[in-house]
Amino acid sequence: MKEEINFTPSCPFPFEQYPTIVMAHGGGGRLMKRLLDEMVIPTLNAGAISEMHDAAVIGCPSGHRIAMTTDSFVVNPLQFPGGDIGCLSIYGTVNDLAMAGARPAYLSLGLIIEEGLEMKTLWRFLESMRNAAEECGVRIVTGDTKVVDRGKGDGLYVNTAGLGFVPENIDVRPHRIQIGDAVLVSGDLGRHGIAIMAQREGLSFDTTIESDCATLHKHVQALLDENIDIHCLRDLTRGGLSSALNELATATDLCIDLDETTIPVAGEVRAACELLGLDPLYVACEGRFAAFMPAAQAEQAKQILQTLSPMIQPQIIGKVAAEGVAPVILHNAFGGQRVLDMLSGEQLPRIC
Amino acid sequence: MRYIDEYRDADKVKQLAAAIKKITTREHRLMEVCGGQTHSIVKYGLDQIIPDQIELIHGPGCPVCVTPMEILDQAIALAARADVIFCSFGDMLRVPGSEKDLLSVKAEGGDVRIVYSPLDAVKLAKLHPDKQIVFLAVGFETTAPANALSVIQAEQLGLENYSLLISHVLVPPAIEALMTSSDCRVQGFLSAGHVCAVMGYEEYRPIVEKYKVPIVVTGFEPLDILQGIYLCVKQLEEGRAELENQYTRVVSEAGNRPAQEIIKKVFTVSARKWRGIGEIPNSGFGLSETYSQFDAAKRFDLSAVRTKEDNECISGLIMQGIKKPHECPAFGIRCTPEKPLGAPMVSSEGACSAYYRYRKS
Repeated sequence: MKEEINFTPSCPFPFEQYPTIVMAHGGGGRLMKRLLDEMVIPTLNAGAISEMHDAAVIGCPSGHRIAMTTDSFVVNPLQFPGGDIGCLSIYGTVNDLAMAGARPAYLSLGLIIEEGLEMKTLWRFLESMRNAAEECGVRIVTGDTKVVDRGKGDGLYVNTAGLGFVPENIDVRPHRIQIGDAVLVSGDLGRHGIAIMAQREGLSFDTTIESDCATLHKHVQALLDENIDIHCLRDLTRGGLSSALNELATATDLCIDLDETTIPVAGEVRAACELLGLDPLYVACEGRFAAFMPAAQAEQAKQILQTLSPMIQPQIIGKVAAEGVAPVILHNAFGGQRVLDMLSGEQLPRIC
Repeated sequence: MRYIDEYRDADKVKQLAAAIKKITTREHRLMEVCGGQTHSIVKYGLDQIIPDQIELIHGPGCPVCVTPMEILDQAIALAARADVIFCSFGDMLRVPGSEKDLLSVKAEGGDVRIVYSPLDAVKLAKLHPDKQIVFLAVGFETTAPANALSVIQAEQLGLENYSLLISHVLVPPAIEALMTSSDCRVQGFLSAGHVCAVMGYEEYRPIVEKYKVPIVVTGFEPLDILQGIYLCVKQLEEGRAELENQYTRVVSEAGNRPAQEIIKKVFTVSARKWRGIGEIPNSGFGLSETYSQFDAAKRFDLSAVRTKEDNECISGLIMQGIKKPHECPAFGIRCTPEKPLGAPMVSSEGACSAYYRYRKS
């Protein structure tokens, strides 16, 4: 799992002078320049950003295509078991690039900070971002900072955009999914959503459920390095497994048959879902993906992922079929079956 | 997961399904009263593994579905007030009122909060003395004790800014109303286990005797439901009509006495309107005279609230088991979870939502 954030009490910015963010930190003047020069840029170890130009100019290796993505992070609480908004904002965008078969390379970083956020807190999240970026091998090359009035933001919102490079021979877009493909999930489901909900609602369980937030590009790279013919990848974020598979089944006009007994969900996540009346197949992950590949390679792919992360239980959970009564069908151990529909709105806790 | 996995054991499920098949010689129509049971049946495909001769009719036991539109409109009106923090279980937020739902009120600036317990609403009342905290107290006998407790707590804390908007309903009068209906097709009931956990099951005996109908107190896991079906079918096959308890690990004959005491202290039995069904005498709870100052319907002037029901929704027929969700012409076309005509399509215990979510047909 992830390393602890290296928090040392040596913030480069003078806390005693500005213990919290004030509106002037976003005003474009000297105070903002100091915030960037003395805190944001050195903490993030930002590369081309230090040129302080309006845009970063970067090169593209020949024989590659560019993958580009963006994501905004509005998580509440900002810090949760297993992660925080800092690492989440890096992993999230890096993972989106990885799902396109790209090698993640560069990120932009937009910070929308609420007036009154403690400087120490901001710094801690910046450190978390730096550690995550280093782990992923990406550089933050441009950015933007805005400060909004107190009460108009949840402390900190982050947007990251990412650029990555896709080698010529890699194509993992949905159109490559074929009848007979195996569906593999990279690990157990639902940890992130339950960790956040437990923290937000003050629910405590015997064991603390940690978010699964983590980078996925190493897993994808490991599969590609071993010549697994990945047909398609999708990370299982909002809407969980169900939304991801429904989107792909609908896009390809194929049916996905799942064996419910093989879908990995940790005992504590299942228990929390039972208590709250939630279905773990709809709960968000931040470090899991589904991969489609020829059935003959699925077991090997599972072994590769297992070796890379022994703790997270990759599983082959189903296969792609030509047609069915609905895009995604779940077969249970009793011989019954049901439709796994896309989430409507958001899951709401039940009355009784 | 202990206490869950045991009741979802695939081999035992198959054995029990085979046992039901063995004793079934003719057609039977059973009603599972509770919406939680309906969802289990459809989610696990239990109706697919029992003999075709057994029809499961889905009952009215969904608190969201039976809450009358008037209450929802009143809730929406209260939630829109600047001086109110409106608290509700999450389930109620997407249920359509005459014009909008509580989620829309929230988006328009109303302070609407999802709570997991009415006691959380009492905490909010303590935290915000300048606001009126209204809790939408819906549900069957299962939610009544906690709702009653919240009133007692508010009284003890001297909170004058806490109130309940009540739509509490009771299972036995609903079963009786069904039995007296000329459309009734039900030959046996799987009664709602968690309601009986609170109330016990003695109050069902007069119904069994009067209408000569088997009632089996039943749980919610696949094995519970199949065992409930087995016991009920066995009675029908043998020509018996008795009160049985399948859910012995949770339900005792007397029920939860302290919970009953709290209910008795705070609530009195009153007539209640059921959405889609109409008013049923003595079928719900209202606040007793002693606690009437905690009644939101009395604290606020709600006389201006007007209700307009959609005529196309046949939820009343669905909840009486006269029609199945997919037999509604609007099902899945003009009525979906995103744009529901009635509550059974949005509630996590609604029969229409179960069919839409797990069957699509």
